[in-house]
Amino acid sequence: MIMMNKIWGVFIIIGILFSLFTGNIESLNNEIINSPGEILNIFLSMFPLMVVWSGLMNIAKDAGLLDKLSHLMTPLFNIIFPEIPKGHPALGYIASNLTINMLGIHNASTPFGLKAMQSLHELNEDKKKASRSMITFLVLNTSGVTIIATDIIAVRSLYGSINPTMILSTTIAATIITTIFGLIIDRIFYHIWRKK
Amino acid sequence: MILVKIGNYLIPVVVLLIIIYAFKKKVNVYDSFINGAKEGLELAISIFPYLVAMLFATNILLKSNILNSLFSLARPIFDFIKVPVEVLPMAIIRPISGNASFAIMIDLIKTFGVDSFIGRIAATMQGSTDTTIYVLSLYFGSIGIKKIGHAMWAGLLTDLVSIIVSIILVSVVFG
Repeated sequence: MIMMNKIWGVFIIIGILFSLFTGNIESLNNEIINSPGEILNIFLSMFPLMVVWSGLMNIAKDAGLLDKLSHLMTPLFNIIFPEIPKGHPALGYIASNLTINMLGIHNASTPFGLKAMQSLHELNEDKKKASRSMITFLVLNTSGVTIIATDIIAVRSLYGSINPTMILSTTIAATIITTIFGLIIDRIFYHIWRKK
Repeated sequence: MILVKIGNYLIPVVVLLIIIYAFKKKVNVYDSFINGAKEGLELAISIFPYLVAMLFATNILLKSNILNSLFSLARPIFDFIKVPVEVLPMAIIRPISGNASFAIMIDLIKTFGVDSFIGRIAATMQGSTDTTIYVLSLYFGSIGIKKIGHAMWAGLLTDLVSIIVSIILVSVVFG
């Protein structure tokens, strides 16, 4: 959170100072006056999709599909999260979070991510320090394992792409490479940090 | 590309499978959908202030053109390695705010065309990674973790790789 406060303030200060310095006052004024309306438009364009997928995901949850998923992922989880005991509820939340991310509905995955973190925190010995599993889960989350980038396909069709879903070939390949790299980096850093 | 074909079928098939499976398990699909949609609505509204805050700050930064100015200075280097400088501001913003980078992606698509090289790189960058700093502050903030170990460096390094991989892949697949 401290990090966020600094970044947020610095962005505004640098932005305004540079605009003043380059004599860009008009566009700066426009930005401050018009940007809230623009933001509302962005929100309105993304939130129906979020509501629809939250609805569909709830059906999947009620049908037990998400539990099944966490079962399917068990062999993978044993490798990625060696410190989480088998059958621990944290794994169910992680599986749900990852699946929803895979479907490209990142905003719907947030509640599962937060629950997963709380659950991992119960296993954590030092309550002020991030555990190994937490960091791995975060890296997995920030590398964003996305199979169907729903929102991007929506934008591409909105702007008249000849084939909106064509982008999946590169997003899927990129997400797989990035995730594998992230997990390797996490392992390497874990061993380096531990020695310190 | 076989992946493209799979991509076309993926969303309808996923929706179909969820509904069929739920029927089999005798779930009240309509009620369940409504409950989930309500949660989705609440969540969407609860993230709205974060969205406004982040887009407001990043918009001021972006519209000041400081990132473009800085990257323009370095244009010869990026031209040499065949990286369009236009996508670099988005690459910087991507780990900080997913919504701001989403907005930049839309701008790039509007300016250069949805099926242009730049438009495709932007879409791939947006789709292949997530907002490291936002997720970090949200998740660790929620449980009061102060020492985050190597989480941020691992996350940001992964973001860097994602940018490089996106550019290479778009060049190879659509080149």
